[in-house]
Amino acid sequence: MLTPKNNANQMRTRILVKIVEKFLQNRFNDADRIPLELRPKGEPFNRCCIYKDRAILKYRCMAGMGFAPEDEKDELTTLREYGEQAMARTHHAPNKLSVITDACSACIKSRYMVTDACRGCFAQPCKVNCPKQAISIVDGRSHIDETKCIACGRCQEVCPYHAVIRVPIPCEEACPVGAISKDETGKEHIDPEKCIFCGKCLHSCPFGAVVEMSQIVDVLKALNDSDKKVVAMLAPAVIGQFPGTINQLISALKKIGFSDVVEVAVGADITTQNEAAEFVEKMEHGEKLMTTSCCPAYYKAAEVHIPEIKPFVSHTQPPMYYTAELLKKEQPDCIAVFVGPCLAKRIEAERNPNVDYVLTFEEVGAMLVAGGVFVMDCEPQEFTKISCAQGRRFPVSGGVAGAVQSLVEGKADYRPFVINGLNKANIKLLKQYATKGCDYNMIEVMTCEGGCVAGPGCIALAKKAAIMVENYVKEGPNLKDAK
Amino acid sequence: MEKIKVKICCGTSCFVMGASQIQILEIDPPADIKDKIEIEESRCMEHCHTNVSKYNRGPFVEVNGEVIEEANFEKVVNKIREILNKD
Repeated sequence: MLTPKNNANQMRTRILVKIVEKFLQNRFNDADRIPLELRPKGEPFNRCCIYKDRAILKYRCMAGMGFAPEDEKDELTTLREYGEQAMARTHHAPNKLSVITDACSACIKSRYMVTDACRGCFAQPCKVNCPKQAISIVDGRSHIDETKCIACGRCQEVCPYHAVIRVPIPCEEACPVGAISKDETGKEHIDPEKCIFCGKCLHSCPFGAVVEMSQIVDVLKALNDSDKKVVAMLAPAVIGQFPGTINQLISALKKIGFSDVVEVAVGADITTQNEAAEFVEKMEHGEKLMTTSCCPAYYKAAEVHIPEIKPFVSHTQPPMYYTAELLKKEQPDCIAVFVGPCLAKRIEAERNPNVDYVLTFEEVGAMLVAGGVFVMDCEPQEFTKISCAQGRRFPVSGGVAGAVQSLVEGKADYRPFVINGLNKANIKLLKQYATKGCDYNMIEVMTCEGGCVAGPGCIALAKKAAIMVENYVKEGPNLKDAK
Repeated sequence: MEKIKVKICCGTSCFVMGASQIQILEIDPPADIKDKIEIEESRCMEHCHTNVSKYNRGPFVEVNGEVIEEANFEKVVNKIREILNKD
């Protein structure tokens, strides 16, 4: 992942801020100025020229307004027109991650290359060890025949000069499920059936070519409609994502138009209780394994890519589900907006009628910036429902397994295992555990390494956010005492 | 030698625009400047009020009092090295 914040993702924040700004100023009347304002004449550019930078910015703005660049029908459609369409729509299209074809650099096919460090040695371990006879000596130096090479990496392992390098494709490397691949021209495409919406490709592409469709305009419309009550449901990972305290954030969000703010950590407490009860019951019935279910990217991965593990995935609903259920019971007419670090929550929300929209912290941040709201200057307010330590610790790796453990203790044997960041290797491991068994009976899976605090929609550094989450956990009451 | 003062604006707009990520300097600074800098997380320094492009030029970071606009990790570290090389 390209951290710390780099040109590609810093630009995404700027685009979102501009979109909110243009909405507030004149409802996208001069939205066509956004690429020019972000890449003004005479200032440095990043791609081949300022015009390409601006052209790509237009596509990134499109995504910010909720349209997939690959669905573009007419290249002459202006951002103002996209703005009008966004203002007129009553429903946003189902989310998908897509590649801006012209921004994709069509990186060379992942392969092994012999560099200048090759000395054309006598031993020739690369040639000797190659299982496909792909290596020959050309002009006194090793040469890999691409048509024969199977990319096993043996030559790289055995070269005493480290002369063989592997050139990866960042997005394909990052994708845990092989959902992104090249077409015949070398450009990358994402298969929506395979994609688990983890956002790893979006964060790893050095060309900023991967985008997802924002719902920011839809929420802005609702916030500026005085007939509508819009409630923000803040994911537990919110701690540390904005300056100031969580209590100040409540009134900051009310300043930009939210009528109420609730904590999803309250729903996480319910998830903990239900998941602990489910676990105890399953173990009593002699089942050997259970995995968590609250990471939506893992949930889809289990469904599509790891069918072996599917029967072991908990049936307990994720925190967003219970939070939205409670909210819609109390305020049936409100518009419920989940605010979190996660892109995959958007697909979870599409299946849940109680959740109307999903925003990332970054998108809410853009609203605060363009709205001129300073969190640290806001009056602190209290939540009506107080969350417990268990629910508050959900967004860090080990948090869910730990929460369930606290309620299971003494009722069942508990042998937890934590998968911190889903990747190709531990997907294989999960398959193995499901089919051949393992020493554990509870597996927590979080797709993002570090947990939700490292999600693709986060603003803060994962390390700093995790520390602040732990501090917030310490202030929370124990769920065991809550009843 | 006196340490170089790095003041990272952590007002809401700068924080969101990327100051949050520049905080990596506190956790994991490059080895060559590690012992030579002193980092302060500042409340809003009001550059976003005085700049004509407002928050759009953020995040703002001050290195020994010199303002860096549209700051990022690279720009800040380069500025620090520039000062170190001068001395």
